[in-house]
Amino acid sequence: MSALIEATGVCKSFGGLQALSDCSLSVTEGQIAGLIGPNGSGKTTLFNVMTGYERCNQGEIRLRGEPISRATPERVFALGVGRTFQITRLFFRLTVLENMLVATQRHEGWIRSAVRRAGSVAERGRALELLEFVGLDRLAHSPAGILSYGQRKLLELASLLVADPEVLLLDEPTAGVNPTLINQLTERIRELNRAGKTFLVVEHNMEFVMGLCQQVTVLHQGRTLVTGTPEEVRANPAVLDAYLGGADDDDL
Amino acid sequence: MSARWSVRALLVAIGIAVLGLFPLVFSNPTTTSIAEFTLIFMVAASAWNMFSGSSGYIALGHAVYFGCGAYALALLANHLGFAAGWGVFALVPVAGIVAGLIAIPTGLIALRARRHTFVVITIAFMFIFQLAASNLAFTGGTSGLQPPTPLWSVKAYNDNFYYVTAVVLVVTVTLAWLVRRSRFGLQLLAIRDDEERARGLGVRVARIKLTAYVLSAIPVGMVGGIYAYFLGQIFPQFAFDPLFDLSIALMAFIGGLGTLAGPLLGALVLEALQQYFTVQYGASQAYLIIYGALFLAVVLLLPRGVIPSAQELIERWRVRASAPGSEPEEPGRAGDVVKTAGVR
Repeated sequence: MSALIEATGVCKSFGGLQALSDCSLSVTEGQIAGLIGPNGSGKTTLFNVMTGYERCNQGEIRLRGEPISRATPERVFALGVGRTFQITRLFFRLTVLENMLVATQRHEGWIRSAVRRAGSVAERGRALELLEFVGLDRLAHSPAGILSYGQRKLLELASLLVADPEVLLLDEPTAGVNPTLINQLTERIRELNRAGKTFLVVEHNMEFVMGLCQQVTVLHQGRTLVTGTPEEVRANPAVLDAYLGGADDDDL
Repeated sequence: MSARWSVRALLVAIGIAVLGLFPLVFSNPTTTSIAEFTLIFMVAASAWNMFSGSSGYIALGHAVYFGCGAYALALLANHLGFAAGWGVFALVPVAGIVAGLIAIPTGLIALRARRHTFVVITIAFMFIFQLAASNLAFTGGTSGLQPPTPLWSVKAYNDNFYYVTAVVLVVTVTLAWLVRRSRFGLQLLAIRDDEERARGLGVRVARIKLTAYVLSAIPVGMVGGIYAYFLGQIFPQFAFDPLFDLSIALMAFIGGLGTLAGPLLGALVLEALQQYFTVQYGASQAYLIIYGALFLAVVLLLPRGVIPSAQELIERWRVRASAPGSEPEEPGRAGDVVKTAGVR
Protein backbone atom coordinates (compact mmCIF):
# COMPACT_ATOMS: atom_id res chain seq x y z
CA MET A 1 0.00 0.00 0.00
CA SER A 2 2.51 2.59 -1.15
CA ALA A 3 1.44 5.91 -2.58
CA LEU A 4 1.57 5.95 -6.38
CA ILE A 5 1.18 9.69 -6.73
CA GLU A 6 1.29 12.11 -3.85
CA ALA A 7 1.41 15.81 -3.13
CA THR A 8 2.99 16.96 0.12
CA GLY A 9 2.76 20.45 1.58
CA VAL A 10 1.97 22.08 -1.75
CA CYS A 11 1.61 25.88 -1.75
CA LYS A 12 0.69 27.88 -4.79
CA SER A 13 -0.18 31.54 -5.02
CA PHE A 14 -1.22 33.70 -7.94
CA GLY A 15 -0.10 37.17 -6.95
CA GLY A 16 -1.90 37.89 -3.69
CA LEU A 17 -4.28 34.96 -4.01
CA GLN A 18 -3.23 31.90 -2.05
CA ALA A 19 -4.78 29.13 -4.16
CA LEU A 20 -3.17 26.23 -2.31
CA SER A 21 -1.59 26.36 1.12
CA ASP A 22 0.02 23.31 2.63
CA CYS A 23 -2.13 20.94 0.67
CA SER A 24 -1.38 17.22 0.82
CA LEU A 25 -2.90 14.30 -1.01
CA SER A 26 -1.87 10.75 -1.63
CA VAL A 27 -3.32 8.16 -3.98
CA THR A 28 -2.54 4.49 -3.49
CA GLU A 29 -1.96 2.23 -6.44
CA GLY A 30 -5.14 0.63 -7.74
CA GLN A 31 -7.40 3.11 -5.95
CA ILE A 32 -10.18 5.32 -7.20
CA ALA A 33 -9.68 8.48 -5.17
CA GLY A 34 -12.02 11.44 -5.13
CA LEU A 35 -11.18 15.10 -4.66
CA ILE A 36 -14.06 17.34 -3.67
CA GLY A 37 -14.47 20.82 -2.32
CA PRO A 38 -16.51 23.99 -2.82
CA ASN A 39 -15.92 26.15 -5.90
CA GLY A 40 -12.57 27.93 -5.76
CA SER A 41 -11.12 25.55 -3.19
CA GLY A 42 -8.12 24.79 -5.41
CA LYS A 43 -9.00 21.43 -6.94
CA THR A 44 -8.10 22.31 -10.50
CA THR A 45 -5.00 24.22 -9.37
CA LEU A 46 -3.84 21.10 -7.54
CA PHE A 47 -4.40 19.12 -10.76
CA ASN A 48 -2.40 21.67 -12.71
CA VAL A 49 0.46 21.49 -10.22
CA MET A 50 0.40 17.70 -10.24
CA THR A 51 0.56 17.48 -14.04
CA GLY A 52 3.25 20.09 -14.65
CA TYR A 53 1.01 22.88 -15.97
CA GLU A 54 1.82 25.03 -12.95
CA ARG A 55 4.89 25.14 -10.71
CA CYS A 56 4.19 25.03 -6.99
CA ASN A 57 5.89 27.61 -4.74
CA GLN A 58 6.52 25.07 -2.02
CA GLY A 59 6.05 21.40 -1.48
CA GLU A 60 6.62 18.37 -3.62
CA ILE A 61 4.80 16.13 -6.07
CA ARG A 62 6.04 12.55 -6.21
CA LEU A 63 5.27 9.71 -8.57
CA ARG A 64 6.37 6.36 -7.13
CA GLY A 65 8.58 8.37 -4.76
CA GLU A 66 10.33 10.27 -7.58
CA PRO A 67 9.85 14.05 -7.46
CA ILE A 68 8.06 15.40 -10.56
CA SER A 69 7.32 18.94 -9.34
CA ARG A 70 9.61 20.47 -11.98
CA ALA A 71 8.61 18.24 -14.90
CA THR A 72 6.87 19.65 -17.98
CA PRO A 73 3.35 18.40 -18.87
CA GLU A 74 4.75 16.30 -21.73
CA ARG A 75 7.23 14.65 -19.34
CA VAL A 76 4.57 13.98 -16.70
CA PHE A 77 2.42 12.30 -19.33
CA ALA A 78 5.34 10.21 -20.57
CA LEU A 79 5.89 9.05 -16.98
CA GLY A 80 2.36 7.66 -16.91
CA VAL A 81 0.05 10.37 -15.57
CA GLY A 82 -2.81 11.31 -17.88
CA ARG A 83 -5.34 14.06 -17.22
CA THR A 84 -8.56 15.43 -18.63
CA PHE A 85 -9.69 19.04 -18.36
CA GLN A 86 -12.63 20.62 -16.60
CA ILE A 87 -13.69 22.30 -19.82
CA THR A 88 -13.22 19.52 -22.32
CA ARG A 89 -10.34 20.04 -24.70
CA LEU A 90 -10.13 18.18 -27.96
CA PHE A 91 -8.51 18.79 -31.32
CA PHE A 92 -11.75 19.89 -32.91
CA ARG A 93 -10.60 20.01 -36.51
CA LEU A 94 -9.06 16.54 -36.42
CA THR A 95 -11.18 13.42 -36.77
CA VAL A 96 -12.07 11.33 -33.73
CA LEU A 97 -9.54 8.68 -34.76
CA GLU A 98 -6.80 11.29 -35.30
CA ASN A 99 -7.54 12.63 -31.83
CA MET A 100 -6.82 9.16 -30.52
CA LEU A 101 -3.54 8.86 -32.41
CA VAL A 102 -1.97 12.06 -31.03
CA ALA A 103 -1.12 10.39 -27.73
CA THR A 104 0.58 7.31 -29.18
CA GLN A 105 3.88 7.19 -27.36
CA ARG A 106 6.21 5.91 -29.99
CA HIS A 107 9.87 6.56 -29.42
CA GLU A 108 11.68 7.21 -32.64
CA GLY A 109 14.06 9.68 -34.23
CA TRP A 110 13.03 13.01 -35.71
CA ILE A 111 13.40 12.02 -39.32
CA ARG A 112 11.63 8.72 -38.85
CA SER A 113 8.71 10.39 -37.10
CA ALA A 114 8.49 12.98 -39.89
CA VAL A 115 8.35 10.36 -42.62
CA ARG A 116 6.50 7.44 -41.12
CA ARG A 117 2.75 7.34 -41.28
CA ALA A 118 0.77 8.53 -38.24
CA GLY A 119 -0.47 5.45 -36.45
CA SER A 120 0.80 2.02 -37.40
CA VAL A 121 -1.75 -0.70 -38.14
CA ALA A 122 -1.46 -1.89 -34.53
CA GLU A 123 -1.88 1.63 -33.13
CA ARG A 124 -4.95 2.27 -35.29
CA GLY A 125 -6.41 -1.06 -34.27
CA ARG A 126 -5.86 -0.28 -30.61
CA ALA A 127 -7.37 3.20 -31.05
CA LEU A 128 -10.49 1.74 -32.68
CA GLU A 129 -10.76 -0.83 -29.89
CA LEU A 130 -10.70 1.95 -27.30
CA LEU A 131 -13.27 3.94 -29.28
CA GLU A 132 -15.50 0.89 -29.19
CA PHE A 133 -14.88 0.68 -25.44
CA VAL A 134 -16.38 4.15 -24.98
CA GLY A 135 -18.96 3.65 -27.73
CA LEU A 136 -17.60 6.10 -30.27
CA ASP A 137 -16.30 3.69 -32.92
CA ARG A 138 -19.09 4.63 -35.32
CA LEU A 139 -17.87 8.23 -35.34
CA ALA A 140 -14.17 7.41 -35.86
CA HIS A 141 -13.89 9.36 -39.11
CA SER A 142 -16.06 12.34 -38.18
CA PRO A 143 -14.46 15.59 -37.07
CA ALA A 144 -14.26 15.77 -33.27
CA GLY A 145 -16.04 19.14 -33.41
CA ILE A 146 -19.41 17.50 -34.15
CA LEU A 147 -19.46 15.39 -30.98
CA SER A 148 -21.93 16.15 -28.23
CA TYR A 149 -20.65 17.35 -24.86
CA GLY A 150 -20.86 13.94 -23.23
CA GLN A 151 -19.22 12.25 -26.20
CA ARG A 152 -16.38 14.75 -25.98
CA LYS A 153 -15.78 13.76 -22.37
CA LEU A 154 -15.65 10.11 -23.38
CA LEU A 155 -13.28 10.83 -26.26
CA GLU A 156 -11.01 12.84 -23.99
CA LEU A 157 -10.79 9.88 -21.62
CA ALA A 158 -10.28 7.38 -24.44
CA SER A 159 -7.52 9.46 -26.04
CA LEU A 160 -5.54 9.23 -22.80
CA LEU A 161 -5.93 5.46 -22.67
CA VAL A 162 -4.05 5.09 -25.97
CA ALA A 163 -0.83 5.76 -24.10
CA ASP A 164 -1.78 3.36 -21.31
CA PRO A 165 -1.08 5.70 -18.37
CA GLU A 166 -0.94 4.29 -14.84
CA VAL A 167 -2.78 7.16 -13.17
CA LEU A 168 -5.71 9.07 -14.64
CA LEU A 169 -6.61 12.47 -13.24
CA LEU A 170 -10.15 13.35 -14.30
CA ASP A 171 -11.35 16.92 -13.80
CA GLU A 172 -15.15 16.91 -13.43
CA PRO A 173 -15.87 14.04 -15.82
CA THR A 174 -19.64 14.20 -15.26
CA ALA A 175 -20.24 17.95 -15.50
CA GLY A 176 -22.90 18.57 -18.12
CA VAL A 177 -23.24 14.91 -19.02
CA ASN A 178 -26.64 13.19 -19.07
CA PRO A 179 -27.38 10.42 -16.49
CA THR A 180 -27.19 7.55 -19.01
CA LEU A 181 -23.72 8.62 -20.12
CA ILE A 182 -22.70 9.11 -16.47
CA ASN A 183 -23.62 5.49 -15.80
CA GLN A 184 -21.63 4.43 -18.82
CA LEU A 185 -18.67 6.50 -17.64
CA THR A 186 -18.87 4.99 -14.14
CA GLU A 187 -18.89 1.52 -15.64
CA ARG A 188 -15.85 2.31 -17.79
CA ILE A 189 -13.91 3.76 -14.86
CA ARG A 190 -14.69 0.69 -12.74
CA GLU A 191 -13.66 -1.61 -15.55
CA LEU A 192 -10.37 0.22 -16.05
CA ASN A 193 -9.77 0.22 -12.31
CA ARG A 194 -10.26 -3.55 -12.21
CA ALA A 195 -7.64 -3.74 -14.98
CA GLY A 196 -5.22 -1.95 -12.64
CA LYS A 197 -5.58 1.73 -13.41
CA THR A 198 -5.46 4.26 -10.60
CA PHE A 199 -7.83 7.24 -10.64
CA LEU A 200 -8.06 10.62 -9.03
CA VAL A 201 -11.39 12.27 -9.79
CA VAL A 202 -12.45 15.86 -9.13
CA GLU A 203 -16.22 16.04 -8.91
CA HIS A 204 -19.18 18.08 -7.74
CA ASN A 205 -21.58 15.22 -8.33
CA MET A 206 -21.69 13.73 -4.79
CA GLU A 207 -23.66 10.67 -5.77
CA PHE A 208 -21.04 9.84 -8.38
CA VAL A 209 -18.10 10.41 -6.00
CA MET A 210 -19.59 8.58 -3.04
CA GLY A 211 -20.60 5.65 -5.21
CA LEU A 212 -17.35 5.30 -7.06
CA CYS A 213 -14.47 6.36 -4.84
CA GLN A 214 -12.75 4.32 -2.16
CA GLN A 215 -11.10 7.36 -0.63
CA VAL A 216 -12.24 10.97 -0.69
CA THR A 217 -10.21 14.09 0.06
CA VAL A 218 -11.92 17.38 0.80
CA LEU A 219 -10.23 20.65 -0.09
CA HIS A 220 -11.32 23.90 1.47
CA GLN A 221 -9.70 27.26 0.74
CA GLY A 222 -6.56 25.60 -0.56
CA ARG A 223 -6.12 23.28 2.41
CA THR A 224 -6.76 19.59 2.80
CA LEU A 225 -9.66 19.45 5.22
CA VAL A 226 -10.04 15.72 5.64
CA THR A 227 -9.24 12.45 3.89
CA GLY A 228 -11.16 9.26 4.46
CA THR A 229 -13.71 6.80 3.16
CA PRO A 230 -16.92 8.27 1.70
CA GLU A 231 -18.80 7.43 4.94
CA GLU A 232 -16.23 9.16 7.14
CA VAL A 233 -16.22 12.22 4.96
CA ARG A 234 -20.01 12.38 4.82
CA ALA A 235 -20.21 12.26 8.62
CA ASN A 236 -17.45 14.79 9.24
CA PRO A 237 -18.84 18.07 10.65
CA ALA A 238 -15.96 20.14 9.19
CA VAL A 239 -17.00 19.06 5.70
CA LEU A 240 -20.58 20.12 6.30
CA ASP A 241 -19.32 23.49 7.51
CA ALA A 242 -17.18 23.94 4.44
CA TYR A 243 -20.06 23.19 2.12
CA LEU A 244 -22.92 24.79 4.03
CA GLY A 245 -21.22 27.74 5.71
CA GLY A 246 -19.65 28.39 9.13
CA ALA A 247 -20.87 26.87 12.42
CA ASP A 248 -22.23 30.22 13.59
CA ASP A 249 -24.73 30.30 10.75
CA ASP A 250 -26.20 27.02 11.92
CA ASP A 251 -27.97 28.80 14.77
CA LEU A 252 -29.93 31.04 12.46
CA MET B 1 -11.78 5.44 -50.93
CA SER B 2 -9.92 3.84 -53.84
CA ALA B 3 -11.81 6.01 -56.33
CA ARG B 4 -10.62 9.06 -54.46
CA TRP B 5 -7.07 7.72 -54.55
CA SER B 6 -7.12 7.12 -58.28
CA VAL B 7 -8.49 10.64 -58.85
CA ARG B 8 -5.63 11.98 -56.77
CA ALA B 9 -3.04 9.90 -58.62
CA LEU B 10 -4.45 11.17 -61.91
CA LEU B 11 -4.24 14.80 -60.75
CA VAL B 12 -0.63 14.31 -59.62
CA ALA B 13 0.28 12.70 -62.96
CA ILE B 14 -1.33 15.57 -64.87
CA GLY B 15 0.48 18.08 -62.66
CA ILE B 16 3.87 16.50 -63.25
CA ALA B 17 3.21 16.20 -66.99
CA VAL B 18 2.24 19.88 -67.25
CA LEU B 19 5.28 20.81 -65.17
CA GLY B 20 7.59 18.84 -67.44
CA LEU B 21 6.08 19.84 -70.79
CA PHE B 22 5.40 23.52 -70.13
CA PRO B 23 8.68 24.95 -71.54
CA LEU B 24 8.41 22.68 -74.60
CA VAL B 25 4.97 24.03 -75.46
CA PHE B 26 5.52 27.65 -74.43
CA SER B 27 9.02 28.50 -75.60
CA ASN B 28 8.61 32.28 -75.49
CA PRO B 29 11.33 33.53 -73.04
CA THR B 30 8.90 36.01 -71.46
CA THR B 31 6.53 33.16 -70.66
CA THR B 32 9.23 30.84 -69.33
CA SER B 33 10.59 33.66 -67.19
CA ILE B 34 7.13 34.17 -65.68
CA ALA B 35 6.95 30.39 -65.18
CA GLU B 36 10.31 30.38 -63.39
CA PHE B 37 9.21 33.05 -60.90
CA THR B 38 5.93 31.22 -60.40
CA LEU B 39 7.76 27.99 -59.58
CA ILE B 40 9.98 29.80 -57.08
CA PHE B 41 6.89 31.09 -55.31
CA MET B 42 5.14 27.72 -55.46
CA VAL B 43 8.09 26.19 -53.60
CA ALA B 44 8.21 29.03 -51.05
CA ALA B 45 4.45 28.99 -50.40
CA SER B 46 4.38 25.19 -50.04
CA ALA B 47 7.31 25.23 -47.63
CA TRP B 48 5.79 28.07 -45.62
CA ASN B 49 2.49 26.23 -45.45
CA MET B 50 4.26 23.11 -44.16
CA PHE B 51 5.03 25.06 -40.97
CA SER B 52 2.45 27.85 -40.68
CA GLY B 53 -0.47 26.06 -42.30
CA SER B 54 -0.04 22.98 -40.10
CA SER B 55 0.89 24.56 -36.79
CA GLY B 56 -1.25 27.71 -37.00
CA TYR B 57 1.80 29.86 -36.21
CA ILE B 58 1.67 32.51 -38.93
CA ALA B 59 5.30 33.36 -39.72
CA LEU B 60 5.82 36.60 -41.62
CA GLY B 61 9.60 36.45 -41.78
CA HIS B 62 10.46 33.65 -44.17
CA ALA B 63 12.14 36.26 -46.38
CA VAL B 64 15.02 35.88 -43.91
CA TYR B 65 15.62 32.37 -45.22
CA PHE B 66 14.98 33.36 -48.82
CA GLY B 67 17.56 36.15 -48.51
CA CYS B 68 20.07 34.01 -46.63
CA GLY B 69 19.81 31.36 -49.33
CA ALA B 70 20.32 34.01 -52.01
CA TYR B 71 23.35 35.54 -50.28
CA ALA B 72 24.79 32.12 -49.42
CA LEU B 73 24.74 31.06 -53.06
CA ALA B 74 26.20 34.34 -54.33
CA LEU B 75 28.93 34.46 -51.67
CA LEU B 76 29.95 30.82 -52.07
CA ALA B 77 29.93 30.95 -55.88
CA ASN B 78 32.10 34.09 -55.86
CA HIS B 79 34.53 33.08 -53.12
CA LEU B 80 34.98 29.45 -54.10
CA GLY B 81 35.54 30.50 -57.72
CA PHE B 82 32.68 28.55 -59.27
CA ALA B 83 32.57 28.92 -63.05
CA ALA B 84 29.20 30.07 -64.34
CA GLY B 85 27.20 27.08 -65.54
CA TRP B 86 25.62 23.94 -64.15
CA GLY B 87 28.17 23.66 -61.36
CA VAL B 88 26.65 26.57 -59.45
CA PHE B 89 23.39 24.64 -59.09
CA ALA B 90 25.29 22.32 -56.74
CA LEU B 91 25.23 25.23 -54.30
CA VAL B 92 21.41 25.30 -54.23
CA PRO B 93 21.14 22.56 -51.56
CA VAL B 94 23.95 24.33 -49.66
CA ALA B 95 21.87 27.53 -49.72
CA GLY B 96 19.01 25.49 -48.27
CA ILE B 97 21.20 24.13 -45.49
CA VAL B 98 22.52 27.61 -44.63
CA ALA B 99 18.92 28.87 -44.40
CA GLY B 100 18.04 25.88 -42.22
CA LEU B 101 20.96 26.57 -39.89
CA ILE B 102 19.93 30.21 -39.55
CA ALA B 103 16.37 29.08 -38.84
CA ILE B 104 17.53 27.24 -35.71
CA PRO B 105 18.45 30.26 -33.51
CA THR B 106 15.83 32.57 -35.06
CA GLY B 107 13.18 29.88 -34.66
CA LEU B 108 14.21 29.18 -31.08
CA ILE B 109 13.71 32.84 -30.20
CA ALA B 110 10.51 33.43 -32.18
CA LEU B 111 8.84 30.21 -31.02
CA ARG B 112 9.11 31.25 -27.40
CA ALA B 113 6.11 33.44 -28.18
CA ARG B 114 2.69 32.59 -29.55
CA ARG B 115 0.07 34.17 -31.79
CA HIS B 116 0.51 37.89 -32.48
CA THR B 117 3.77 38.16 -30.58
CA PHE B 118 5.23 35.38 -32.70
CA VAL B 119 4.16 37.19 -35.89
CA VAL B 120 5.74 40.44 -34.75
CA ILE B 121 9.02 38.74 -33.82
CA THR B 122 9.28 37.08 -37.22
CA ILE B 123 8.67 40.44 -38.93
CA ALA B 124 11.35 42.01 -36.73
CA PHE B 125 13.85 39.34 -37.77
CA MET B 126 13.14 40.12 -41.41
CA PHE B 127 14.02 43.80 -40.93
CA ILE B 128 17.08 42.98 -38.82
CA PHE B 129 18.45 40.80 -41.61
CA GLN B 130 17.60 43.40 -44.26
CA LEU B 131 19.42 46.11 -42.30
CA ALA B 132 22.37 43.81 -41.66
CA ALA B 133 22.67 42.96 -45.35
CA SER B 134 22.61 46.67 -46.24
CA ASN B 135 25.33 47.54 -43.77
CA LEU B 136 27.77 44.66 -43.63
CA ALA B 137 30.89 44.61 -45.77
CA PHE B 138 30.81 40.98 -46.88
CA THR B 139 27.28 41.28 -48.27
CA GLY B 140 28.34 44.20 -50.46
CA GLY B 141 26.12 46.71 -48.63
CA THR B 142 23.33 48.33 -50.60
CA SER B 143 24.98 47.55 -53.95
CA GLY B 144 24.57 43.83 -53.23
CA LEU B 145 26.36 40.92 -54.87
CA GLN B 146 26.66 39.57 -58.38
CA PRO B 147 26.94 35.80 -58.70
CA PRO B 148 28.49 34.57 -62.00
CA THR B 149 26.10 34.62 -64.96
CA PRO B 150 26.08 31.56 -67.23
CA LEU B 151 26.54 32.23 -70.95
CA TRP B 152 23.57 30.23 -72.21
CA SER B 153 21.17 31.28 -74.92
CA VAL B 154 18.09 33.04 -73.60
CA LYS B 155 15.92 29.96 -74.16
CA ALA B 156 18.40 27.50 -72.63
CA TYR B 157 18.94 29.89 -69.71
CA ASN B 158 15.27 30.00 -68.78
CA ASP B 159 14.70 26.29 -69.45
CA ASN B 160 17.65 25.16 -67.32
CA PHE B 161 16.53 27.28 -64.40
CA TYR B 162 12.97 26.13 -64.90
CA TYR B 163 13.83 22.44 -64.67
CA VAL B 164 16.10 22.84 -61.67
CA THR B 165 13.34 24.72 -59.84
CA ALA B 166 10.79 22.12 -60.94
CA VAL B 167 12.90 19.42 -59.28
CA VAL B 168 13.04 21.47 -56.07
CA LEU B 169 9.26 21.89 -56.26
CA VAL B 170 8.65 18.16 -56.62
CA VAL B 171 10.96 17.45 -53.68
CA THR B 172 9.26 20.11 -51.54
CA VAL B 173 5.73 18.94 -52.27
CA THR B 174 6.75 15.32 -51.62
CA LEU B 175 8.24 16.39 -48.29
CA ALA B 176 5.08 18.34 -47.43
CA TRP B 177 2.97 15.28 -48.28
CA LEU B 178 5.13 12.98 -46.16
CA VAL B 179 4.97 15.39 -43.22
CA ARG B 180 1.23 15.74 -43.54
CA ARG B 181 0.49 12.01 -43.29
CA SER B 182 3.12 11.38 -40.62
CA ARG B 183 2.83 11.28 -36.86
CA PHE B 184 4.93 14.44 -36.78
CA GLY B 185 2.38 16.17 -39.03
CA LEU B 186 -0.48 14.99 -36.84
CA GLN B 187 1.26 16.44 -33.80
CA LEU B 188 1.63 19.77 -35.64
CA LEU B 189 -2.11 19.81 -36.37
CA ALA B 190 -2.76 18.98 -32.72
CA ILE B 191 -0.64 21.99 -31.74
CA ARG B 192 -2.71 24.16 -34.09
CA ASP B 193 -5.96 23.03 -32.45
CA ASP B 194 -4.90 23.09 -28.77
CA GLU B 195 -1.24 23.36 -27.85
CA GLU B 196 -1.77 22.98 -24.09
CA ARG B 197 -3.71 19.78 -24.47
CA ALA B 198 -1.14 18.45 -26.93
CA ARG B 199 1.48 18.91 -24.21
CA GLY B 200 -0.76 17.01 -21.80
CA LEU B 201 -0.76 14.12 -24.27
CA GLY B 202 3.02 13.90 -24.35
CA VAL B 203 3.64 15.92 -27.53
CA ARG B 204 7.02 17.58 -27.14
CA VAL B 205 5.76 20.82 -28.60
CA ALA B 206 8.96 22.90 -28.52
CA ARG B 207 10.90 20.31 -30.45
CA ILE B 208 8.11 19.62 -32.94
CA LYS B 209 7.57 23.31 -33.69
CA LEU B 210 11.26 24.01 -34.17
CA THR B 211 11.73 20.99 -36.44
CA ALA B 212 8.83 22.09 -38.63
CA TYR B 213 10.12 25.66 -38.69
CA VAL B 214 13.61 24.62 -39.80
CA LEU B 215 12.19 22.13 -42.28
CA SER B 216 10.10 24.88 -43.87
CA ALA B 217 13.07 27.28 -44.07
CA ILE B 218 15.23 24.89 -46.13
CA PRO B 219 13.26 24.89 -49.42
CA VAL B 220 12.76 28.65 -49.08
CA GLY B 221 16.57 29.04 -48.84
CA MET B 222 17.02 26.81 -51.88
CA VAL B 223 14.74 28.89 -54.09
CA GLY B 224 16.39 32.01 -52.65
CA GLY B 225 19.67 30.71 -54.07
CA ILE B 226 18.06 29.93 -57.41
CA TYR B 227 16.52 33.40 -57.46
CA ALA B 228 19.90 35.08 -56.92
CA TYR B 229 21.54 33.00 -59.64
CA PHE B 230 18.64 33.53 -62.04
CA LEU B 231 18.68 37.32 -61.69
CA GLY B 232 22.49 37.51 -61.65
CA GLN B 233 22.40 40.06 -58.84
CA ILE B 234 21.04 40.37 -55.36
CA PHE B 235 20.20 43.47 -53.29
CA PRO B 236 19.12 43.65 -49.63
CA GLN B 237 15.68 45.06 -50.43
CA PHE B 238 14.85 42.23 -52.85
CA ALA B 239 16.43 39.44 -50.85
CA PHE B 240 14.76 40.47 -47.57
CA ASP B 241 11.47 41.79 -48.90
CA PRO B 242 8.42 42.23 -46.64
CA LEU B 243 6.24 41.76 -49.73
CA PHE B 244 7.73 38.29 -50.14
CA ASP B 245 6.46 37.37 -46.66
CA LEU B 246 3.00 38.71 -47.36
CA SER B 247 2.87 37.11 -50.80
CA ILE B 248 3.61 33.55 -49.72
CA ALA B 249 1.20 33.84 -46.79
CA LEU B 250 -1.49 35.23 -49.09
CA MET B 251 -0.92 32.44 -51.62
CA ALA B 252 -1.43 29.80 -48.95
CA PHE B 253 -4.49 31.60 -47.54
CA ILE B 254 -6.16 31.97 -50.92
CA GLY B 255 -5.51 28.38 -51.95
CA GLY B 256 -6.32 26.92 -48.56
CA LEU B 257 -4.20 27.06 -45.42
CA GLY B 258 -2.91 23.68 -44.35
CA THR B 259 -3.77 21.88 -47.60
CA LEU B 260 -1.19 20.46 -50.00
CA ALA B 261 -2.61 21.88 -53.21
CA GLY B 262 -3.70 25.23 -51.75
CA PRO B 263 -0.36 27.07 -51.75
CA LEU B 264 0.45 25.67 -55.21
CA LEU B 265 -2.80 26.99 -56.62
CA GLY B 266 -2.41 30.30 -54.78
CA ALA B 267 1.13 30.81 -56.08
CA LEU B 268 0.14 29.79 -59.59
CA VAL B 269 -2.60 32.41 -59.70
CA LEU B 270 -0.99 35.26 -57.77
CA GLU B 271 2.59 35.10 -59.00
CA ALA B 272 1.62 34.55 -62.64
CA LEU B 273 -0.80 37.44 -62.34
CA GLN B 274 1.82 39.68 -60.77
CA GLN B 275 4.47 38.84 -63.36
CA TYR B 276 1.96 39.38 -66.15
CA PHE B 277 1.05 42.79 -64.78
CA THR B 278 4.71 43.71 -64.44
CA VAL B 279 5.38 42.74 -68.05
CA GLN B 280 2.25 44.49 -69.34
CA TYR B 281 2.27 47.68 -67.31
CA GLY B 282 5.87 48.07 -66.23
CA ALA B 283 7.31 47.54 -62.78
CA SER B 284 4.52 49.42 -61.03
CA GLN B 285 3.12 48.06 -57.81
CA ALA B 286 -0.42 48.09 -59.15
CA TYR B 287 -0.60 44.36 -58.52
CA LEU B 288 -0.76 45.10 -54.80
CA ILE B 289 -4.26 46.50 -55.33
CA ILE B 290 -5.28 43.24 -57.00
CA TYR B 291 -3.69 41.28 -54.14
CA GLY B 292 -5.67 43.24 -51.59
CA ALA B 293 -8.92 42.86 -53.50
CA LEU B 294 -8.40 39.11 -53.98
CA PHE B 295 -7.57 38.65 -50.34
CA LEU B 296 -10.71 40.49 -49.28
CA ALA B 297 -12.80 38.45 -51.67
CA VAL B 298 -11.39 35.17 -50.34
CA VAL B 299 -11.79 36.15 -46.70
CA LEU B 300 -15.38 37.23 -47.27
CA LEU B 301 -16.54 34.51 -49.64
CA LEU B 302 -14.29 31.48 -49.07
CA PRO B 303 -12.74 32.04 -45.63
CA ARG B 304 -11.07 28.63 -45.59
CA GLY B 305 -9.51 29.08 -49.03
CA VAL B 306 -10.38 27.80 -52.48
CA ILE B 307 -9.39 24.14 -52.11
CA PRO B 308 -11.30 23.27 -48.89
CA SER B 309 -14.39 25.15 -50.11
CA ALA B 310 -14.28 23.33 -53.44
CA GLN B 311 -13.89 19.99 -51.66
CA GLU B 312 -16.90 20.73 -49.51
CA LEU B 313 -18.95 21.67 -52.57
CA ILE B 314 -18.04 18.43 -54.34
CA GLU B 315 -18.86 16.43 -51.21
CA ARG B 316 -22.26 18.09 -51.02
CA TRP B 317 -23.02 17.34 -54.67
CA ARG B 318 -22.09 13.72 -54.17
CA VAL B 319 -24.38 13.33 -51.19
CA ARG B 320 -27.21 15.08 -52.99
CA ALA B 321 -26.74 12.88 -56.04
CA SER B 322 -26.50 9.63 -54.08
CA ALA B 323 -29.14 10.24 -51.38
CA PRO B 324 -32.42 10.02 -53.38
CA GLY B 325 -31.28 7.00 -55.44
CA SER B 326 -30.26 4.79 -52.57
CA GLU B 327 -33.16 5.68 -50.30
CA PRO B 328 -35.67 3.03 -51.47
CA GLU B 329 -33.17 0.18 -51.08
CA GLU B 330 -31.47 1.15 -47.83
CA PRO B 331 -33.47 3.86 -46.13
CA GLY B 332 -31.46 3.66 -42.90
CA ARG B 333 -28.07 4.09 -44.49
CA ALA B 334 -29.06 6.86 -46.84
CA GLY B 335 -30.53 8.74 -43.90
CA ASP B 336 -27.24 8.37 -42.06
CA VAL B 337 -25.28 9.82 -44.94
CA VAL B 338 -27.53 12.84 -45.15
CA LYS B 339 -27.36 13.36 -41.42
CA THR B 340 -23.57 13.34 -41.16
CA ALA B 341 -23.29 15.59 -44.19
CA GLY B 342 -25.70 18.03 -42.64
CA VAL B 343 -23.71 18.18 -39.43
CA ARG B 344 -20.50 18.76 -41.32
